[in-house]
Amino acid sequence: MSEKTVKKKKKRLIFRSTLLVIMLSLVVFAVASAFQEDGVSVEEGEKAPNFALKKFGTDETVELEDYRGKGVMINFWATYCEPCKDEMPYMEELYPKYKKKGVEILAINLDTTDIVVEQFMREYQLTFPILQDKDGQVMNLYNIGPIPSTLFIGPDGKIEETVIGPLTLSKLEGHLQDITPSS
Amino acid sequence: MWGIYMSKITCECGHVNPEGTVLCEACGKPFEANQHLNNNKPEQLLNMRYDGSARRSQTYQRTFIDKTWNFFSSVKIGVSIIIVIVVASALGTIFPQEMYLPPGSDPSTHYKDQYGILGQIYYQLGFHNLYSSWWYLLLLAMLGISIVIASIDRFVPLYKTLKKQKPKRHPNFMKKQRIFGETDSGNIDYKKLKANLKSKRYNLYEEDGNILAEKNRFSRWGPYVNHIGLIIVLLGAMLRFVPAMYMDEFLWVREGETKQIVGTDGIYYMKNKDFILETYDMEDEGNSQFRESLQKQSAPVPENYQTNAVIYKRTDLPVVPGKEPELKKVKEAEARVNHPIPLENGISLYQASYQLNEFSSMTFKLHDKGDEDSNYGEFTVDLIEPKDEYKLDNGTVVRLERYFPEFELDDGEPKQVSKFPRNPAFIFEVDAPGEETEVSFAGIGVNIDASGNNDYKLGLTNFETRDVTGLTVKKDYTLPIIAVGAAIFMIGVIQGMYWNHRRIWIQPKGAGVWVAGHTNKNWFALKKDIDRTLEGTGIAFPVDQQEEKDAEERRKDDGIISD
Repeated sequence: MSEKTVKKKKKRLIFRSTLLVIMLSLVVFAVASAFQEDGVSVEEGEKAPNFALKKFGTDETVELEDYRGKGVMINFWATYCEPCKDEMPYMEELYPKYKKKGVEILAINLDTTDIVVEQFMREYQLTFPILQDKDGQVMNLYNIGPIPSTLFIGPDGKIEETVIGPLTLSKLEGHLQDITPSS
Repeated sequence: MWGIYMSKITCECGHVNPEGTVLCEACGKPFEANQHLNNNKPEQLLNMRYDGSARRSQTYQRTFIDKTWNFFSSVKIGVSIIIVIVVASALGTIFPQEMYLPPGSDPSTHYKDQYGILGQIYYQLGFHNLYSSWWYLLLLAMLGISIVIASIDRFVPLYKTLKKQKPKRHPNFMKKQRIFGETDSGNIDYKKLKANLKSKRYNLYEEDGNILAEKNRFSRWGPYVNHIGLIIVLLGAMLRFVPAMYMDEFLWVREGETKQIVGTDGIYYMKNKDFILETYDMEDEGNSQFRESLQKQSAPVPENYQTNAVIYKRTDLPVVPGKEPELKKVKEAEARVNHPIPLENGISLYQASYQLNEFSSMTFKLHDKGDEDSNYGEFTVDLIEPKDEYKLDNGTVVRLERYFPEFELDDGEPKQVSKFPRNPAFIFEVDAPGEETEVSFAGIGVNIDASGNNDYKLGLTNFETRDVTGLTVKKDYTLPIIAVGAAIFMIGVIQGMYWNHRRIWIQPKGAGVWVAGHTNKNWFALKKDIDRTLEGTGIAFPVDQQEEKDAEERRKDDGIISD
C-alpha cells in the first residue's frame, strides 16, 4: 500500500475510535444517571447523612452527629404501619441492654398528628427516643420507600446495614451486636 | 482502460476513485466489479443513490473499530433499532407505568392484582418502568449512534463525489440515466440552450463542449442537517439527567400547611394559604358565549385552579435536614395553570394537581341516646392536632381515647391505614359528673355504643374541610437546547423537501447531441425544466426510460389478462 493510503487509513481509524469513545461515554453517562435516580442515594458503607429532629413530647432536638462513637439504629415507622407494630416490642425489649453497651435506638416517626403517636407510645409502653419527622424530610434524605425501614450505623458514623421490612427479635439482636462499639 | 491498483480504482477518464466506488466520481462510469453494491443489473437503469460514491462500510472490515462502525452505519440496523423502539414504546402504554400507580401501592403485587397474569408478566419483564429502564435508554443511544455514523458515512462520500463530478460523463452513465435522449443531427443552438438553462437558474459547468447544468445541490444536505437537529434533541434530552440542568419534583401542600419545597436543598418553604377551584358560571354575562356548551355538561366546568402561596426562605444555614427552620418571608404569589411561581435558579412552582375537601375539623354534640334534640354541649375536634379532652359547659369531660385519621374495620377492629384525615374515627370516653364513664366509637356513618347501654350519644353536627394543592417543582434548562435541535431538524426537512437536486447533462456526439437528466425527487418538474430549456434549440426531447419500461410491462400484463 502506498504511504498516503496507510496514512489515510490511520487517520480514519483515529477518527472512528475517537467518535465511538465520545458516544460510548455519553451512553455510559446516560445509563448510569438513569440508574442513580432509581437507587437509594444512601448506600451501605457510606457515611450516614446528618439530621436534626425534635424528640417527641419535648423541645429537645436530637442530632445524629451527637452520637458519633456510639452505634445508632434508625428505625422509620408510623402508627398506621402494621408490621412496624410487630417489631416495636422487640426494640423495647433489647433497648435497655444495648443502651448500656453504647447503642442508641432512634425511632423516626412519620405521623403528622401528635395525639396518635402519644396513644401508640402509651399502648406499647415505649421508652426509647421517638423522633418526629412530620414533613418527611429525613425520610426523603435517606430515600426511604416502604416502612418499616431500619438502618444500623456503626460508631464510625457509617451505615453498616439497611433492612427493609420488619425484623425478628434474633435478627434485630444480631444487627445491634454488629454496631456495638468495642470497649 | 481502468484497473484496480492498490485497492483504488483508476478510471479510464484518469480519475482515481476510492475503494468501493460504484460510479466514477468524475465521469460516472459504472465500475463492473462494484455494481452489486448498488444492486445494479446490466440492461437496467443505474441506481443513482449517493451518486454511486464509495460508502466505506460496504468494503472495509478490518479492526474491531471498523466492524463496530460498519454495524452502526447500516441503514438496515438503524431501521431495525427504530422498529424495536416503536414496539417497546407501544408495549409500555398497555398498563400504567409505575410512577402513575396510586400512591402507596406496591408494584410487585399491584400489576398482578389489577391485570392478572398479563400484568405479572408485564411487571416481571420490567415494562412497568420502561422509559427509564437501562435497555430502553440503550436502544435510544444506539439509535443516536446509528444516526451519527450512518450520516457521516453517507454525507462525506456524497459530498466529495458531487464536488469532483465532471461535466463530461461516460457514455454508459449517460445511457443508463432515467431521462435520456439522442439527437442525431441538426442545427443545434447551444447558445440558446445555455441561456435557457441559466434562465431556469441552473449553474453551468463546461468541459470540451460537454455541459453539466445543476441546481439546488444543497437540498441533498437536508437529511444530514435534519439528523444534526435530531442529535441535538437527543443530547438535550440526555442533559435532563444532570441535576443542574433539569429537575422535576412534586409537592403536596394542605391548606394552612407550611412545607419545605423539594429540590431546593431545603432552602425554600411555602405555605398554602388557599387553594381555589373556580368553575364557569353559566349566569355570568361574560360567559354567554359558552352557555350552550356549558349546558351540555353534566358537571360544572373548571375555569381556574389556583394556589395562593407564601414563599419563605430559610435563614439558618447550613441546612440540617429535619431541623425546625427559621424562615423569612420572600413573597406572596399565586400559582395558576401555565402561570407558575418563579423561585431562584430557574426553579418554578407549577399548579399541577389538587385534592378537594379533606376533613379538617369535626363538631360533635352530646345528646341523649334516644333524643336527638337534647343538647348537653358541643365541641370541635381539630383533626390535625386533636386535644386529649374536651370540657363541655355542663361539666362533662369527653376524653379522646383513640384517634384514627383514616380508619378501616379489620375483623371488627378499627385499624388505621394512613396519616391523613380522610375517614376519621374516634373512641371517646364520656365522663358526665356523677355518672359512670361511657365509651363510644364515632366516625362518619358509624356510631357504636361500646357497652350497648350508654345513656348518651355523640352526634356529628358539623365538619370543615380543606383542600390540598399539588404543585410541580420544575427547573428545565434543556428546553432551549431541544428547541434549537427541533429548529435545525425543521430546517433540514424544509431544505430536503422544498428543493430538489436537478442535473442535466448535455454531450455533443458528432453532429448530434445526447441529453441525460437526474433528480433525487420530483421527476415531473425535471422533465418540465428540460422541455422548456430544449425548446427552440434543435435538440429532441429525451424520454423517461423508466416510464417507457413501466408502460411496456403494463402492456405485457394486459396481454396476459386478455389471453
